[in-house]
Amino acid sequence: MFELLGIPPQALFGQLLLGLINGSFYAILSLGLAIIFGLLNIINFTHGAQYMMGAFAAWMLLNYLGIPYWGALIVAPIVVGAVGIVLERLLISRLYHLDHLYGLLLTFGLALIATGVFRNFYGISGLPYGMPSQLSGGQNLGFMFMPNYRGWVIVASLVVCFATWFIIERTRLGAYLRAATENPTMVGAFGINVPRLITLTYGFGVGLAAFAGVLAAPIYNVNPNMGADLIIVVFAVVVIGGMGSILGSIVTGFGLGLIEGLTRVFYPEGSAVVIFVIMAIVLLVKPAGLFGRTV
Amino acid sequence: MKKTGLIAASIVGLLMASAAHAQTSIKIGVLNDRSGIYSDITGEGSAIAAQMAAEDFGTDKGITVEVVSADHQNKPDVGSNIARQWYDTENVDVIADVPTSSVALAINDITREKNKIFLNSGAATSDLTGSKCSPNTVHWTYDTWALANGTGSAMVNAGGKTWFFLTADYAFGHALERDTSAVVVANGGEVLGVVRTPFPGTDFSSFLLQAQASGAQVIGLANAGGDTINSIKQASEFGITQGGQALAGLLMFVNDVHALGLDVAQGLVLTESFYWDLNDQTREWSARFEEKTGKKPSMIQAGVYGAVLHYLKAVEAAGTKDAEAVMAKMKEMPTDDPLFGKGVVRQDGRKVHPMYLFRVKTPDQSKGEWDLYETVATIPADKAFRPLADGGCELAK
Repeated sequence: MFELLGIPPQALFGQLLLGLINGSFYAILSLGLAIIFGLLNIINFTHGAQYMMGAFAAWMLLNYLGIPYWGALIVAPIVVGAVGIVLERLLISRLYHLDHLYGLLLTFGLALIATGVFRNFYGISGLPYGMPSQLSGGQNLGFMFMPNYRGWVIVASLVVCFATWFIIERTRLGAYLRAATENPTMVGAFGINVPRLITLTYGFGVGLAAFAGVLAAPIYNVNPNMGADLIIVVFAVVVIGGMGSILGSIVTGFGLGLIEGLTRVFYPEGSAVVIFVIMAIVLLVKPAGLFGRTV
Repeated sequence: MKKTGLIAASIVGLLMASAAHAQTSIKIGVLNDRSGIYSDITGEGSAIAAQMAAEDFGTDKGITVEVVSADHQNKPDVGSNIARQWYDTENVDVIADVPTSSVALAINDITREKNKIFLNSGAATSDLTGSKCSPNTVHWTYDTWALANGTGSAMVNAGGKTWFFLTADYAFGHALERDTSAVVVANGGEVLGVVRTPFPGTDFSSFLLQAQASGAQVIGLANAGGDTINSIKQASEFGITQGGQALAGLLMFVNDVHALGLDVAQGLVLTESFYWDLNDQTREWSARFEEKTGKKPSMIQAGVYGAVLHYLKAVEAAGTKDAEAVMAKMKEMPTDDPLFGKGVVRQDGRKVHPMYLFRVKTPDQSKGEWDLYETVATIPADKAFRPLADGGCELAK
């Protein structure tokens, strides 16, 4: 039996697969951020809170309305996305003509408020959310025990990422969106309602965050801080991928998940930092990010 | 206008001064985490527990009690500033609770320097009554030694001879791992490996897989709060407990189990010094607490109640609030309260009482939202805490 740096290959495959699963979360979250930044020019710091709200929405749907996981997977992103749309209309849309910094401050403030409100009503310890029975259990892959749910997370994430990429890069609607960000006046002149397009885009980006929140609810602790713990890493992913690059955020999300997974095997203490080290290197070598366009 | 104001103020001042002759007034500062990860197990609930202790002590004994509270945000510098301000300018006589070991050690020093009294309930570190012990500190509810001893020896004696630790990579996690390893080895067990996990963490599956691969019989979770909840949730997902390995939650509170849900948490073994459903007295008190807060109390909140009640009794017995005299009374008088029963405060400041080994119920056994534990064993007071001579405390002579 050969070994690689003292780690048996089975363990290594297992860890790589786990890294890929974590990468799925990074990918969905950074995708939402990238869309919002790319099309609205807003650095959406509420993204973590919206991910948390997705998980809480799943819990509320189950406990107040009896809607199980599968329903929540569809309803929660719509509800949270709608809340996002209201926010965009009422507050964020007033900042488009200002510097990025204002949007960042506003959304950061909103994130703190959302976290505080949920902490006030539900406490900090978290809420229990069970695994859907269809996905409990797992498969023995020979080199590791693969929970069915983690497999589902990878599949769901790939499907959602691909669909989003396809809509934006390959459909007429996506073409309008991309054109509207380049030159909103011109696109408006063709009779397209640009503000509505932008509002819906924000709602969609928020919905993606909420979708990731529902995916996370059965395996991560559902508490008001769950987004704050993750959002910094996701921002690093977006920066490495290139701010606003759709493909960049997807590829980097999965890729960094893998790298983080490997670090957890060889040097666990460093696994929380490795992404930021990579970010620093990328910024030094290629400041626009791996997939970003140089300005 | 100004003149009348001054006259009114001096009259009030005179009245207060004369009242102070007849009454001892005590100001208790409850200092803890009111917004962060420990705000459920300490927070406002601890302040309410202190208030309840003052009410239950009674207003007819010539002692008036005022409870104030503040948020130390789990930061030693923030906590130290509040403590100095309380002691120097706001006439606070005693600081209670203080979770987070680093903050507690800072308050321990300041209280000693100002010659006031520190009633710790929330912090875990056994150094408070060991190498850092102080004549002004009482450590009431639990400590890392007691947790390690309770859960560690119980698991080894139940056949869990080989251990693998998931340790939160900071002082608290290291201390808990060190204390538990010592207990495991002393009971004839063996530690196969350790993985230090970044704090705080979300995904523990890689670390759990490493623990699984080690083949250890017990996976010791030397972490707390959200880290523990995530590890346990994911261990169940990866079939670790079903595969025959047992999990040992080395620091778990009833609120953590509540957050996990019984489907995931069932069968876990853990050590606490208080549970709301122990006896009629704890049930009665916890029902009153729940009326005010909407939740069952954690052992830390119960500990704040017990410590404040004992302190007030000592003030009454000493007839003064002088720190030295009151501390002497606290250590001389046996403790007796509805939550922890009878006990003593040792010379090193350690409050000793029984600890309980609990097992988390299965969903079928549970009859309500907070019906979470069954008692496996009671560890008697003389076995539950580190022996006086072993702590290295200078007061233990």
